[in-house]
Amino acid sequence: MVHTKRLIAFLLIVITSIVIMVWTSPGIISNVKLGLDLKGGFEILYTAVPVDENQEMDQELLREAARSLQMRADAKGISEPEIYPEGEDRIRVRLAGVENQDEVRQIMKKPAELTFRSNNGCEDPSEFCKIELNGSDFVEGAADVVFKENTNEPLVSIQVKDKDKFKEVTQRLLNNGYRTQENILAIYLDNEIISLPFVGFVSTDGTATITGQETFEEAEELAGIINLGALPVVLTEKYTQSVGASLGELSLQQTITAGIIGFVLILIFMLGFYRVPGIIACVTLTVYTWMLLLVFYWMNATLTLPGIAAFVLGIGMAVDANIITYERIREEIRSGKSILSSLRAGSRNSLRTIMDANITTILAGLVLYYIGTGSIQGFALTLILSILVSIITNVFLSRLLLHLLIRANIAKKPAYYGVKEAEISEL
Amino acid sequence: MNFREIDFVKNRKKFFSLSIAITVLGLIALLIFNLNYGVDFTSGTTLDVLIDENSTTKEKAEQIYQETGIEPSTITVGGDNNNRVNARFEKVLSEDERIGIISAFQNEFGAEQVSYEENTVDAEIAKELGLKAIYAVAIASIGIIIYVSIRFEWRFALTAVVALLHDAFIVISLFSIFQLEVNLPFVAAVLTIIGYSINDTIVIFDRIRENLQKFKIKNFDDLANMVNTSIKQTLTRSINTALTVVFAAFCLFIFGSESIKLFSLAMLIGLISGAYSSIFIASQLWLILKSKSLNKKKTDVINS
Repeated sequence: MVHTKRLIAFLLIVITSIVIMVWTSPGIISNVKLGLDLKGGFEILYTAVPVDENQEMDQELLREAARSLQMRADAKGISEPEIYPEGEDRIRVRLAGVENQDEVRQIMKKPAELTFRSNNGCEDPSEFCKIELNGSDFVEGAADVVFKENTNEPLVSIQVKDKDKFKEVTQRLLNNGYRTQENILAIYLDNEIISLPFVGFVSTDGTATITGQETFEEAEELAGIINLGALPVVLTEKYTQSVGASLGELSLQQTITAGIIGFVLILIFMLGFYRVPGIIACVTLTVYTWMLLLVFYWMNATLTLPGIAAFVLGIGMAVDANIITYERIREEIRSGKSILSSLRAGSRNSLRTIMDANITTILAGLVLYYIGTGSIQGFALTLILSILVSIITNVFLSRLLLHLLIRANIAKKPAYYGVKEAEISEL
Repeated sequence: MNFREIDFVKNRKKFFSLSIAITVLGLIALLIFNLNYGVDFTSGTTLDVLIDENSTTKEKAEQIYQETGIEPSTITVGGDNNNRVNARFEKVLSEDERIGIISAFQNEFGAEQVSYEENTVDAEIAKELGLKAIYAVAIASIGIIIYVSIRFEWRFALTAVVALLHDAFIVISLFSIFQLEVNLPFVAAVLTIIGYSINDTIVIFDRIRENLQKFKIKNFDDLANMVNTSIKQTLTRSINTALTVVFAAFCLFIFGSESIKLFSLAMLIGLISGAYSSIFIASQLWLILKSKSLNKKKTDVINS
């Protein structure tokens, strides 16, 4: 007797999954973040050395240098730049989707140029064209955050090496009239305005404070910028991977084609070999692919070229869970058990095997992730995620579907499981 | 199915000889040719220039490089219709040199047609990457030994690791014999092979462990029979899983992007070797180790 409720539940799950997948896939696919090897861009590992030989490299300096690189990338309009300090004196920069790579690479490497400018003698008074002071005029590392007495307002204190020069500048700007355009001593980093303070008094001892910072963080950032400008680091490229945009696109297209062909071959094989459970393998493998993409999208993880390779291999490995279970079930059928008790025994016996086998692979993946860099990490991440996802889809979902289908009583013949009658032994 | 008639245990010496022969051959190759290390481990620059819809010859590419005055140590022309020129330099290319080379290609084929991939590795980083690769394989192997020892027993762990090192070594040997380039992705491939090899072995071992309790084992023949049965019971799974992953790796090798061709090839060799070693190396070695403990027990009985 066919058990209609279970059959309906089975069909409902399959159809709902298909509808959800068809509906959401275009959005997910277009939003998965692609690595620089797939859409062009570069990854560079720099070592930073202070310009001043007497200066020691420390974590703070390294973080400031990284922050300054970040600002440059932002100024160039590069989306989602990944820039972070690494170890004692290294900075890793990862920029994807860069069109004019040579230009950007040059800008990134150039030491930050800090200038203090006024508009004195400029044709257009709204521009600050006259450089009054530059980074090397400041005492190294002297910019700091202090608090104004009484109000506790954060201030940035600065110190200039040449007292007389600073006195001349502050005197001249103050004489132009307090709080006029001519009074401003604008702070620039490269060609970007950082702050526009007015000059309120004449400095005779080479020190001054900059007011107008709303928060402590803001003041700290400004102090950092001034220190960085006064203390530029020299960056040398130690490791570079740079991929042209159209080359990346070609890689993406070729590898996805390869993946689809592999996927279809696996589906055909599973259908041919396992029949009814094969259908379920096809459904769960499709859900697996969709879910892995979804996880990438949720985690905002980057899909790299080796990542796609891991994705495709992952399909082959995910189906292993189906194969182990189905083989076990077939074995039980051959031993003469009924389909239902074969399913029960097969599911129970195969779960432990699948878990042990997968955990060892995850171990290898974790090692890869912690030791590798860049695209290798992308590969390791995909490998680990693909195993986790496959446990959900190709173990649990696959079981649920198989149970429903078998208990719906519509697939009773051993032939539906790829087992010949002659192979079944009598109990 | 006639493969069910095969006596795997009886023929184990043949399989051992085959693996030993390949290993010795690999060792000789490694000693004579070493590995063809890419820039990731030796430092220098590789420049992979794609000229889109054009095609070129090796002679022409060499000529272009000659004109720029910067000559690479190796040039290979590949791609769908010879539209990819891969050049390797032993020194690190400077910015001006790179720009010079790219503009030479642009002059020849048109600015819009040229797209390139550059990989530059400094000597210091190259050394670091090499060390990291060795650590990775060592740490992964130790982690697997510990896990399998806890879940199974030390004999399974030891033989599983022998099998996975065997697989890794076969891939390394073949890359040495054919002098294929070894870069960072190759290490990733080897580590995945390790992961797969252990995965494959565990499934057979799991069955052996299960049968160990079901079968009455008194002597070597009983044990051998049990191992044989276990292999046969899991054989279809071993073959089918190997087939599906091989389908995947093969498609990546044939249709995938040029930059992961060697990676896929390493994977393909390793996957096949992984499936082979689980049946013919790991299980057989376990049998030998286990039979030793069997003999000991027997003598214990006699002595008491």
